[in-house]
Amino acid sequence: MEIVIVSLLNGLVYGMLLFMLASGLTLIFSMMGVLNFAHASVWMLGAYFAYEVSRFIGFLPALIIAPLLCAAVGAAIEVWGLRRVHHNGHVAELLFTFGLVFIIQRSVQMIWGMLPMPYRVPAALDFPLFTIYGANFPAYRGFMLFISALMLLAIWLMLKKTRIGLIIQGALTHPNMVSSLGHNVPLVFTTVFAGGCGLAGLAGVIGGNYLVTESSMADAMGPIVFVVVVFGGLGSLGGCFIASILMGMIQTFAVVIDASIGDVLKPIGIALSSETLLGEILTVPMARIGPLLPYLLMVFILLFRPRGLMGTRDT
Amino acid sequence: MLEIRDLHAYYGQSHILHGVDLDVQEGEIVSLLGRNGVGRSTTCKAIMGLVPPQGSVRYRGKELAGLRSDMVAQSGIGYVPEDRQIFPTLTVRQNLELGLKKAGKFGRWNFEDVYRLFPNLANRQNTAAGVLSGGEQQMLTMCRTLMGDPDLILIDEPTEGLAPKLVEQVGDLLGEIAKRGVSILLVEQKLTIALRISRRLYVMGHGRIVFEGTPDDLANNAGIRQEWLEV
Repeated sequence: MEIVIVSLLNGLVYGMLLFMLASGLTLIFSMMGVLNFAHASVWMLGAYFAYEVSRFIGFLPALIIAPLLCAAVGAAIEVWGLRRVHHNGHVAELLFTFGLVFIIQRSVQMIWGMLPMPYRVPAALDFPLFTIYGANFPAYRGFMLFISALMLLAIWLMLKKTRIGLIIQGALTHPNMVSSLGHNVPLVFTTVFAGGCGLAGLAGVIGGNYLVTESSMADAMGPIVFVVVVFGGLGSLGGCFIASILMGMIQTFAVVIDASIGDVLKPIGIALSSETLLGEILTVPMARIGPLLPYLLMVFILLFRPRGLMGTRDT
Repeated sequence: MLEIRDLHAYYGQSHILHGVDLDVQEGEIVSLLGRNGVGRSTTCKAIMGLVPPQGSVRYRGKELAGLRSDMVAQSGIGYVPEDRQIFPTLTVRQNLELGLKKAGKFGRWNFEDVYRLFPNLANRQNTAAGVLSGGEQQMLTMCRTLMGDPDLILIDEPTEGLAPKLVEQVGDLLGEIAKRGVSILLVEQKLTIALRISRRLYVMGHGRIVFEGTPDDLANNAGIRQEWLEV
């Protein structure tokens, strides 16, 4: 029982972190048709920026400054990079962001080196918030949940209650029509791209010390964020949210489940020896298949529901 | 008001418009007729900058060719596309709101006008626009563009696929638009409405203007009708 509750909370923390990254990516992808490979790289930059800022002036300023820096990086990428390659089509844009991944990673390695950064949870938040069944729930995870819930509320209010949100929603389905009605769509694109990168930066600030701040962190996070976006469906923040939480849960629960599919089959009379190939696969504990599960789910949803969970349109 | 000279446009490799010349005067209703695929819609898109135009598109003395669509719209031209492009997840009212160029900035048209003209839209203003019938969506598209208070409106095939009664409604709305001093460039395939409300007509064929004249001229010219319009 305690494992379930602790894993549920951890899954929620990780899922919300995923959503902070994936929400920006899904908005960018749906509006501009650009699958931004460098999104997780901006997330990594957020963590490094936060480390530097918190070293000199503290964690709280870092919480504001690092996302703003990431938003500025995003705006620069959009205005001076993507907009120029845009007329060469989506493949050119894809290759461009793919190249950015390496540029950002190498730059980070040149500036900060290959070793993990000593970016730690601030002392003020480094205490157990409460204890359930003998397991401590760190206050910092509570703080992460709080920040991500705040961000969720802010995005929702911005999209549903403001005029720029209305224009963004319109541009999700018919960007040309929004433009023909007199709205400056390129400016909206830049705003969304910068906003998405800012969110990724914020996720980097609160995720960098929860996970590990190192130059390979983007490689680890990038693929899983894509899975979330594809699984949730294009143009749907709701689908993206559900997919994030689901992936967060799957990844945390799989680690603690020691049973294998074979163990489940045994009580109903199907026993497989581990000598056959199928038997071997079925006796692998869940904990070891865990990291694979999100990708399996993505393959299945693409086969049976190509638009994703709640997607409103094709790619 | 609008002067188009030697307008060319391409979709990729294919040359669609081969030097179109066309004028719309202040307060005029002008129809652009022709069969499918002769370049009528492309002419509208080229004016709006949705397809890159080559040649000259002057509006009230200002060159529009090369401008972004939102700048064309901001200079006073409204566009109602053939495929309607309503925002399906937004409500009827939100669709109309997006037509406004600035929040709360109304010109000749406001919400009450739209709702008085089309009580159906009033009853459904908080409904997602995606569930409206084809006719209601057509009215919504036209009203959405009107909310931005254009001085010239390009309307692409507003009666396509509509029942006769709804075609009448579209005709009434066109009359109301003209009454408020808005010039209209109407793209149509059906002759009935065009002959009734236009002051001048153009007929297009193969990416060129093949006829220009009054409705009477066209009515008397059986040759042009047979060659370029009738199926």
